[in-house]
Amino acid sequence: MKTLPLLVKREYWEHRGGFLWTPVWVTGITLLLTVLGLVTAEVFRSRADVRVGFSLDMLRQDIDAKDWANAGYGLDVVQFVFGALPCIGLFFVLFFYLLGTLYDDRRDRSVLFWKSLPVSDLATVASKALSAMFVAPLIALAVSTLAYLAFLVIVGTWLSLHGLNVLPAIAASHPFRTAWRMLLTIPVDALWALPAIGWLMFWSAWARSKPFLWAVMLPILVVFANWWIGVLGGPHFAGVLDVAKIVGRLLLSVMPGGWMSLDAAGMARDWMPGHGSSGSEGLLAPERLLDVLASANLWIGVAGGLVLLAAAVRLRGRRIEVNV
Amino acid sequence: MSAIVQARGLSKSYGTTKALDAVDFEIDAGRIVGLIGPNGAGKTTALKAILGLTDYEGKLEVLGLDPHTQRTRLMEQVCFIADVAVLPRWLRVREAIEFVGGVHPRFSREKCLAFLSHTKIGQGMRVRELSKGMIVQLHLALVMAIDAKLLVLDEPTLGLDILYRKAFYESLLSDYFDEQKTIIVTTHQVEEIEHILTDLMFIRNGKLVLAATMDEVGDRYAEVMVNPDKAEIARALKPLNERQVFGKSIFLFDGVERSRLAELGELHKPSVADLFVATMKGTYA
Repeated sequence: MKTLPLLVKREYWEHRGGFLWTPVWVTGITLLLTVLGLVTAEVFRSRADVRVGFSLDMLRQDIDAKDWANAGYGLDVVQFVFGALPCIGLFFVLFFYLLGTLYDDRRDRSVLFWKSLPVSDLATVASKALSAMFVAPLIALAVSTLAYLAFLVIVGTWLSLHGLNVLPAIAASHPFRTAWRMLLTIPVDALWALPAIGWLMFWSAWARSKPFLWAVMLPILVVFANWWIGVLGGPHFAGVLDVAKIVGRLLLSVMPGGWMSLDAAGMARDWMPGHGSSGSEGLLAPERLLDVLASANLWIGVAGGLVLLAAAVRLRGRRIEVNV
Repeated sequence: MSAIVQARGLSKSYGTTKALDAVDFEIDAGRIVGLIGPNGAGKTTALKAILGLTDYEGKLEVLGLDPHTQRTRLMEQVCFIADVAVLPRWLRVREAIEFVGGVHPRFSREKCLAFLSHTKIGQGMRVRELSKGMIVQLHLALVMAIDAKLLVLDEPTLGLDILYRKAFYESLLSDYFDEQKTIIVTTHQVEEIEHILTDLMFIRNGKLVLAATMDEVGDRYAEVMVNPDKAEIARALKPLNERQVFGKSIFLFDGVERSRLAELGELHKPSVADLFVATMKGTYA
């Protein structure tokens, strides 16, 4: 049976807008702004007869090998930024997607149609979790990679019009390595996101109305109550920050690359040009991912997420009605 | 033939209200059963229990399976159409066919397309672009292409005009139903399905008040049109119901000998609707 792939496809059909068109719009607008920027530069140059091309001419004259390497590193960073841009959109898409997964079809009663087919609740919940973990991020990465290629063509064409050959810079960059490293972050993102996926889907299956309020307000109230009881001197969890951290993991972990907060300083240092032998060596280095994979924070979250997902499967089996 | 559905002491409560109160029934293969009852009588609860969509007390077996714990396996043999509004509005016709065909081992794509070719429904259309009648046509096309043993219909024609309603039951009878299949249907438009039913079940306040084949119903119940002079005699025979038409009284009798009734006036087979009204008297009082 091909039930699970079809269920995932079903999710894509329903959420094409969020999964595909959101990254397309985000990267498309970025490209548009790039083109607008280039056009503006050209227009000002010709109108005021100012030689904006001046710096380009300078570049042409005294570029040496080190400069090309730096330019290549710059391109790697641009590629990374292209990959990161849709992630902001992806956070919102995934957050609301997950909150709706097990609620929206109950609200419009189409759950009765889905439940009239021989599909288990486990397969249903799994297909929705997998879509959030892999399908949406993979589409976003594919779209942003294509957008980066388009960016190279646009900027390369513009520079060559000014007599500057951009190919050495591209040759000095590492597009495959960067793409591969961004691809490797997807499974880490997926594991990191599991507590939030479980949390949001649990309330989506549980709520008879307004899953957003349950999923968001409840933990915020808990943090606030804990702090308040603490102020009054009552029994509470001493580390307010820890409680807030847990709540943050439950709500915000669907942010791609959220695990970077584990070692933010180290990550930033690695990205500095000139660090190590070659500038871009440290960018999303696989060793960093291994560090994350070795952290207790990640695996405790995975365990919690799986428990919540199991609860969501059970709820899916018994809760069909909503309060309209 | 063994029973398709078997219920013993089936009960379900919502808070203090008993939606189903220790109901026993059996449905055999090859029947078309009308489950009729007033609003809130427990029809939908009974169907939900059969479809594994709710938990319950008592014993219930559908096709030899426990609907609540073996729902996934059960749904390979059982189809259902709740009312018109349950197909998701974003779904395209093409996607619906691909999806059902992919997850359902007994789905025939050819049958579905053949049925759709008689409608105005296009492959690329979304459900939200279809009229209510077309949505039901689509749903019916999907369901009729599945070789299921049991089809459950819960108010399938709610809100449709009479053309669609007639066409719905006609295709169901001519293109779908055979002696291997069983259909359970609930509706408020009793008159429209009366002629296709083989069995009748009346449900009231969570209890089964009548469960009989249509033949038995015809034998048991009789309607007599009585002139005013014989009305008192008729009343003495304890009719279920009495109503006045053109100065005559029409009495509905349960299990009174035909010969005695024939003396009182003209004998009729009661319509299911009249029988229903008589049986449910005082439900909302």
